[in-house]
Amino acid sequence: TSPVQHETFPLRGTVTLIPGDGIGPEISSAVMKIFEAAKAPIRWEERNVTAIKGPGGRWMIPPDAKESMDRSKIGLKGPLKTPIAAGHPSMNLLLRKTFDLYANVRPCVSIEGYKTPYTDVNLVTIRENTEGEYSGIEHVIVDGVVQSIKLITEDASRRIAEYAFEYARNNQRTSVTAVHKANIMRMSDGLFLRKCREVAENYKDIKFTEMYLDTVCLNMVQDPTQFDVLVMPNLYGDILSDLCAGLIGGLGVTPSGNIGANGVAIFESVHGTAPDIAGLDMANPTALLLSAVMMLRHMGLHDYGNKIQTACFDTIRDKKVLTKDLGGNSKCSEFTAEICRRIQDMA
Amino acid sequence: MAAHSAVLSMSKIINPFWGGRLGNTVKVFGTTLTSHRNKTLLTPPPAKYGGRHTVTLIPGDGIGPELLNHVREVFRFSCVPVDFEVVNVNSALETDDDMNNAITAIRRNGIALKGNIETKHTMAPSVKSRNNLLRTSLDLYANVMHCQSLPGVQTRHKNIDIMIIRENTEGEYSSLEHESVSGVVESLKIITRNNSLRIADYAFKLAREKGRRRVTAVHKANIMKLGDGLFLQCCREVASGYPDITFDSMIVDNTTMQLVSKPHQFDVMVMPNLYGNVVSNVCAGLVGGPGLVPGANYGNAYAVFETATRNTGKSIAGKNIANPTAMLLASCMMLDHLKLYDHATMIRHAVLKTMNETRLHTADIGGQGTTSEVVQTIMRIIQSGGQLTTEL
Repeated sequence: TSPVQHETFPLRGTVTLIPGDGIGPEISSAVMKIFEAAKAPIRWEERNVTAIKGPGGRWMIPPDAKESMDRSKIGLKGPLKTPIAAGHPSMNLLLRKTFDLYANVRPCVSIEGYKTPYTDVNLVTIRENTEGEYSGIEHVIVDGVVQSIKLITEDASRRIAEYAFEYARNNQRTSVTAVHKANIMRMSDGLFLRKCREVAENYKDIKFTEMYLDTVCLNMVQDPTQFDVLVMPNLYGDILSDLCAGLIGGLGVTPSGNIGANGVAIFESVHGTAPDIAGLDMANPTALLLSAVMMLRHMGLHDYGNKIQTACFDTIRDKKVLTKDLGGNSKCSEFTAEICRRIQDMA
Repeated sequence: MAAHSAVLSMSKIINPFWGGRLGNTVKVFGTTLTSHRNKTLLTPPPAKYGGRHTVTLIPGDGIGPELLNHVREVFRFSCVPVDFEVVNVNSALETDDDMNNAITAIRRNGIALKGNIETKHTMAPSVKSRNNLLRTSLDLYANVMHCQSLPGVQTRHKNIDIMIIRENTEGEYSSLEHESVSGVVESLKIITRNNSLRIADYAFKLAREKGRRRVTAVHKANIMKLGDGLFLQCCREVASGYPDITFDSMIVDNTTMQLVSKPHQFDVMVMPNLYGNVVSNVCAGLVGGPGLVPGANYGNAYAVFETATRNTGKSIAGKNIANPTAMLLASCMMLDHLKLYDHATMIRHAVLKTMNETRLHTADIGGQGTTSEVVQTIMRIIQSGGQLTTEL
């Protein structure tokens, strides 16, 4: 398999924008306004994703959305609601399968101005997103005994390890830590660990360490500054990425990116659709905005990304114009306007 | 017996190809099914001769031996009527002989105090974790950990008081793995109705006994619908029998997020094995670290006490800087189990007084004291309490 590719992105980047449900549309328009103020060379293509039944009865995303993503290779997604008993799997799962989004990346950086008991957090969790404990293979052996299968494959482990080291190198991170439980799950996590060690041999400039999941949890809540890049299988990644999001202030301020095969990447906010405040101009666009900043960096547009991030963090640090969840009582539009003003002042 | 053979014959009918894989699962859990049916209501009598109890001691690796030596020192000093039968388990050997000796010793004495036994990765995957083997052989199904903030320890969150009850024998720790195709490894996570009911029952009984108001089940049933779904269902069933206790559930990733931001919403938590590992380590970190929290593993017939986070502490072994608090508090839990309440209270009081009032802390909680200094101070406090002691 080929190593992670780094194409040079054209200066005019097309991004498929999926506003989502609930507060999705308003935070998406907030992000578009801010990008306009920053004069970022991004052309937005808005698409909707709702599950439709394709030929052969399999659920899939609408063809125009798929076509747009295949062309642009970059997506920005707001929150999607997962209807219960809709008969189709969650949209997030569909997107993941359609584009083989194998790596979920969450940079967790403490936000100055949004105080949590933890300061100076600056780590990245990279989670394998396709297999592991979420294989969905479960059986009832006999009545009262259920077996869930956790699948670890050589290919997926190698792929995620390679991505983790590439990410570390491209983002000037100094160390990668593999998180595992190979003392208990000798073969499965043992395989994952072996692959990480093998890939580490090719990246001698990056320090590689391994740590048990429980030790990571223990140390994370005592001193999160000791961690840099963490790479791990699916379930541990799910738990740890949410744990780290909690350290910096929750899902409302945490960015997230999903990297797929063939250079596809979808950046998203990981909070819910918040139907209770949808349409009331109360939403906080920070999570989606920071995901968009991640996207700019992925595309090589670091200057724009830094400018927008600085404006956003400065606004939060200033504490004058904050949305309700950040402790203020400004509207979403006011918060957005403030960030735009700062960007324009910077130019 | 009937249940066991019915289960085996069913497995042969279900799928002959899977016989091998299912067979393992069935063998492991056939015994669980039968043991539940033939559950003995009589616990074996305590190993007590001439008023003195005998307790198995497994030093383990890393800091285990030195901490347990300190425990013995304190016990000898305080004239605690407990004799230790030391069983050494060598983690480097591939054979199970020494492990079998340890298990036999615990069966004989009924109680054990242990350090963590290291699991070396360099050995073949067929060499299972010794600690895990001990827990499953003795059917120590409940791991109980009580996380309490100590006033003398600086932490980000104050006044935490959470009890964690973790299923200790099945779940992700079933050690059933195989490589079906080269490069593809499958690991089986087993959840059974019997064990889930058992642990839920234990949790609610303990909650009621300690006067706790709420039990939260931690799960990931939105993804593992059958496995964790079964666990959740069993918890709900047991909860219906305890109307005085509120029952709710939370998904494990949300739980960890809530623990680091709002830990005071939690009271008693019950969960399967792996989530228990994560949550107990998060909570231990919240109250000050691995050196402070004791843990207990209870079965119907046996009990094994150790530190809650089960660390080997290889990097600090032999340097006299390990924190003896967790192991000493675990030994107090053991004394409580032996009904030696006075001794337990005396030692616990001395340990907590050293922690909270004298400010003599070891390095892990930001102090400069050595392990021996802390232990000496504890013994001095015990002596000043007026109890019968040997020479300092």
